[in-house]
Formats: sequence, structure tokens, C-alpha cells
Amino acid sequence: MIYDIQVDGRLHRVKLDRSENGYQCELDGQTFEIDAAFIGRDFLSVRMGGKSYRVRREQLAGANFVWVGTERFAVDVSDPRSLRGKRSLRGPSDGPISLVAPMPGKIVRVLVSENTSIEAGQGIVVVEAMKMQNEVKSPKSGRVRKMAAKEGASVNAGDVLATVE
Amino acid sequence: MEGVLFVRVNGTAKMFKKVLIANRGEIAVRVIRACRDLGISPVAVYSEVDRTALHVLMADQAYCIGPAAATESYLNMEKVLDAARKSGAEAIHPGYGFLSENAQFAGACADAGIKFIGPSAAAMQKMGFKTTAREQMQRAAVPIVPGTLRGITPEQAASEAARIGYPVMLKAAAGGGGKGMRLVEREQDLQSALATASSEAKRAFGNGEVYLEKAIINPRHIEIQVLADEHGNVVSLGERDCSIQRRHQKVVEESPSPVVNDDMRRRMGEAAVRVAKAAEYTNAGTIEFLVDEQRNFYFLEMNTRLQVEHPVTEAVTGLDLVQLQLQIAAGDRLPFRQEDIALGGHAIECRIYAEDTENNFLPSPGKISNLTVPEGPGIRHDSGMYQGWTVPLDYDPLLAKLIVFGGDRKQSIDRLRRALDEYYVGGIKTNLPLFRRIVQDKNFVAGDVDTGYLGRMLAEHGLRSSTDNHQVAMLAAALFQLQTEQSHKEVVGPGDYGKGRWKRASRTEALS
Repeated sequence: MIYDIQVDGRLHRVKLDRSENGYQCELDGQTFEIDAAFIGRDFLSVRMGGKSYRVRREQLAGANFVWVGTERFAVDVSDPRSLRGKRSLRGPSDGPISLVAPMPGKIVRVLVSENTSIEAGQGIVVVEAMKMQNEVKSPKSGRVRKMAAKEGASVNAGDVLATVE
Repeated sequence: MEGVLFVRVNGTAKMFKKVLIANRGEIAVRVIRACRDLGISPVAVYSEVDRTALHVLMADQAYCIGPAAATESYLNMEKVLDAARKSGAEAIHPGYGFLSENAQFAGACADAGIKFIGPSAAAMQKMGFKTTAREQMQRAAVPIVPGTLRGITPEQAASEAARIGYPVMLKAAAGGGGKGMRLVEREQDLQSALATASSEAKRAFGNGEVYLEKAIINPRHIEIQVLADEHGNVVSLGERDCSIQRRHQKVVEESPSPVVNDDMRRRMGEAAVRVAKAAEYTNAGTIEFLVDEQRNFYFLEMNTRLQVEHPVTEAVTGLDLVQLQLQIAAGDRLPFRQEDIALGGHAIECRIYAEDTENNFLPSPGKISNLTVPEGPGIRHDSGMYQGWTVPLDYDPLLAKLIVFGGDRKQSIDRLRRALDEYYVGGIKTNLPLFRRIVQDKNFVAGDVDTGYLGRMLAEHGLRSSTDNHQVAMLAAALFQLQTEQSHKEVVGPGDYGKGRWKRASRTEALS
């Protein structure tokens, strides 16, 4: 199997093949022999190069992470043959973007309405959790195309609050 | 856990049969355990969002006392008292926070014939108003930060500030939590600072009285634990150094303090006992001191309840403070004298919060998908969480406390480092990366910290550590993906699989 893997923003191609004792892997032109044992759906023991690693997978706010011991990596895995794999490599700044809730909480204030022009860094929505308020800001200038957030509503981390174009 | 002085108390007083715990989270669990150890039946109360909280699962009885908002449940005196009456509990343990320092509630318990496990309402009130407390402390010969004993007028402010020297601190007499507090560095800023502090205090506490004291820059925060029975006996149980704070919130506490020697400990302990006696205090309490660079200590305030960080004192004394609270409330005498208290070893506590360290410490409630808790020599874990539980967004983000104990400070730190490596909380973010950074910091290891330490360290170094496990992460990500695809093939048909991919892809699109 071949996967394109983005780790903390950098893209790499990994080739995995079953071998006698585990997997033969190719990564950035290097070859590795690894032995992998799954302890659960999200928990993996990896032996590689004479070392043992505890590896966990975590899904949080719609994003995927891999923990190696106490280090966390943001990962995005795609199959290079699939449509989505290609599309995900598109630049991040063109087209409309979605502002998402950074944490689960309640919407305490909506600061702008639909079709308003906004500046980069301008506060859009205020979310509150555990007695703390957080202002969600727009990363770019533009226009609020859609305002999904409603005052008083509960949201989960990753829920779309507004779309900016 | 190892201890030094093991006290098994066979109380003479009649122990309670049933105690209600008016709290939630790790402290409710802690009190439930002390009840069990004494053969007392624990009763829990909970809000609607806490139906599956750990303290509810562990109690013998549990009563729902209202909606999520604390003002309608955990802070609602009538509902808590009602649950106590219904359950037949003879006493209420308030934990910390919520109703624990509410003199009105302590009085209401007394009126209802239910024992409040803590000091009397009168003792709480004596320590509540800051200028009154300062005046009493001065009378009891307890060192206070130089300054005024009463609220000040603008004219008095100028002459007092000139007398003690700048910088000075303005504080609300009725205050707390940083409201009505101003640091003044220069004379020309004094009058405007006094006006804003006073109006802020008036808005926050309904009382605009402001007093003035010398500003102690980057002090250490060191506190003394006391226990007082209802027969006039008071003992001090050593100190806790709580200087590592983030935005005035303690995150790491240790005992003993790296800067307190036997002589200073004795003097601080004696001052703390005088404070407790002056307030006619009973049960467990803590006297907080500020300590300057010359190791002068000054009374700051008294906390009239059990503290979050009480386990570090338990570790170095071998005592069970919650059990002793219950025995004192039942009318027992303290089972030891001051000279029986022997301190040994070293303990450190980390407060594990549901906070996102990479995102300005924002709260991170949610479902705990995976949990591995450290074990082994010298480890204690006091927790209110479990795997599969959803941390509600309505309360304080404290999830658990990790306490380590060793023969000396070095062994404690080594064990803490090991414990933090074992610790894993998945599904939500926690401040574990903060502690992993602190235990690597040379100033912390040297014991060279003050209340400004953490802010400086974070500004200078941040939390990003160097990573050399990129390759393992990538290969493991590919393995997880392969495993997921294979298990999909096994359990679902090709049609379902395709639909799932589309669904996932569309969701990812919406988020990117």
C-alpha cells in the first residue's frame, strides 16, 4: 500500500509491504523493517531499529493525531490514487474557508452578521466553556458568506461557526 | 505510599454513620474514600450533567440537585440541605470551592442540625474581610505585609505610600480574585489607581474600601496547613510551596519548600497556630504567606477549608487529613501533639487540567477516549475521570491530581518525570505537556522559582520540545490507516465502505 502522509505540515510518501516479521516500509528513499502489534483500534506497539515505541491514534476536533510516547503529531493520511488525496494538496488560502469552534462550548455572542465585510484577525463569534470565553477570529479578510452560529447554542469542537470568502 | 508518622486513630467520639458530600470531581471522590475507610456511608449530590460522574458511581446514595449551572445545583444551599435531610446524613463535607467557604451555608447547616465539616460560620467571617483579618493578625503578632490596617482616603494614601516606599499594592478590603487590586510603581499614578481600584471593588463586592500595602515583587507563595480540634488544640503540619502558578492559579505544589529550613518552618508554624487561635478556628485550614527574597514571611490570607493540594502534606506527614477532618467534626480530640509531628521525604503535586497548552490554555472538555494513568513506587493519583466519561463544559477544568513522593526532592522529581511519561489522556487536551516541560527546566530542578517563574519560563521557552520521532509517527499513521481499511473490508460490504469514505471525505472538506 502507498500513502501520502502529511505530518505537522510536511508531506511524505510511505510504502508499506508485509514482510516475514512485520512490515517493510519505504519512507523518503529509506527502507525500514518494523514489527507492529495492535493492542486496540487506537493503540499500537512498534519495534523499529532496536527500539520500542508506544503509539496511539487520537481524533480530536475533526483532526487526526498520532502520539509517539508523549510527543504528538498532527497527521493527515491520503491514498494518492483517490480524488480526495489529490484535492487535499490544494493550497489552503484560496476559496471560502470555514471558521470552526476551537473547543466544545456555548455560543455567547455573535459579533458580525452575514454579508458583513471583515478584516483579518477580526473577532467573529465568542464561545464559552469552563468559565472561560474565547473569541474566534477570521484568519483572512473578506466577507461573511454564512453565519451558522446562533447565540445560546451548544457547539462541539470542529463545528462550523461561519464561512468567510 | 510511604509515610513517616502513621496514625491510626481510634476515636472516642461517636462517628457519623452517613455523610453527604456537597461537591463533585476528584475532591468528592477523595472524601468518599475517607468515608469508606471510616465505615461511613457516603452520599453524593449531582447536577443533571453529572449523572455519570465518578463520585455518583462511587457513593452509596446519590441525589440530583438541579441543572448544570452551579448556581442552580452545587451552590444551591436549600437543595443541598434538602438532599441531606432526605438521605438522613448527619454531616456535610463541602470539599473545596462551591459552598466550602460560605459562612451563611455553615450557619444554615447548624440551624438544620446537620454538622458542617469545617470551621464555624463565625470563624469564617473573621477571616473573610481582609482589613479585619490584618488587624487581628497584627494583634496576634503575626507578620503582615507593611501597610495600612484600614481603608484609606486619597490623602492618607499619598502619605502612607511615601512612608513605606514604592512600589505599593492597592487591595480591596472585601476582595479576592484580583478584583480591586492595583500595582502602583510611581507617585503620579497613585490617585487614579486608587479611584479605579475603589470603583472596581464597589462593583464587584458592594464595598469600595481599599487598603494599601508594600508590593512584594515576585514573592514565593508558601502556606502552612493547620488542624484544630473543638477542644482548643491546634497543630501545624509543615509547609507547601505553591509558587508555580499560571495567572494566579496554582499548578504545581510541593512539600517541603526548597527554601524553608527547620527554624523558618518552626516560626511559620507558630505564626499559623496563632492565626488559627485568634480566629477561634476549628477543623482543617491553611494560612497563606508571601515570602520575599530575604525569606521574610508575611500573612496573606487564611483558607477556611481543605485545600486542593492537601495530598502533599499527607505524603510527608503520613496523615489522612480528610479522615482527621471527619474525626474532629465528630468531636474527637487531635490524636497527637505538635511534638509528635515528624516530616519526612518530599512530595510534589501536579494539577491535571482539561486545557489546550498549544492554544493559549483554552478549556478542552469532551469525551475521554483513552486513559493510561501512571503507577508504581511513590505515585498517588486522585482523580474524578475515567475512560469513556465525557468531561462537562460547565465546571472547573481540574480533572485529577498526580502526586509523587520520594525520599528527597531529587527522587521526587525523577519519579515525576517517569510518571508523566506513563500518563496518557486521549480524546481531550490536557496540560500534561506543561508539566513535562517544567520537570526539564533547570530553574525548577534547582528549586529556584517564584510566583512569576512560570510566566517567564513560558514566554522564554514555550512548550514545543524537539522531536526525533517523526519517522515513527509517519509509519504508524500508515499502519493505522491500513488496519482501518482492512477492518472495514472485513465487517462491511463494499457499498457501505464507499459511502463511509464519501461521508468522511465530505466532512473533512467542510473542515479544511
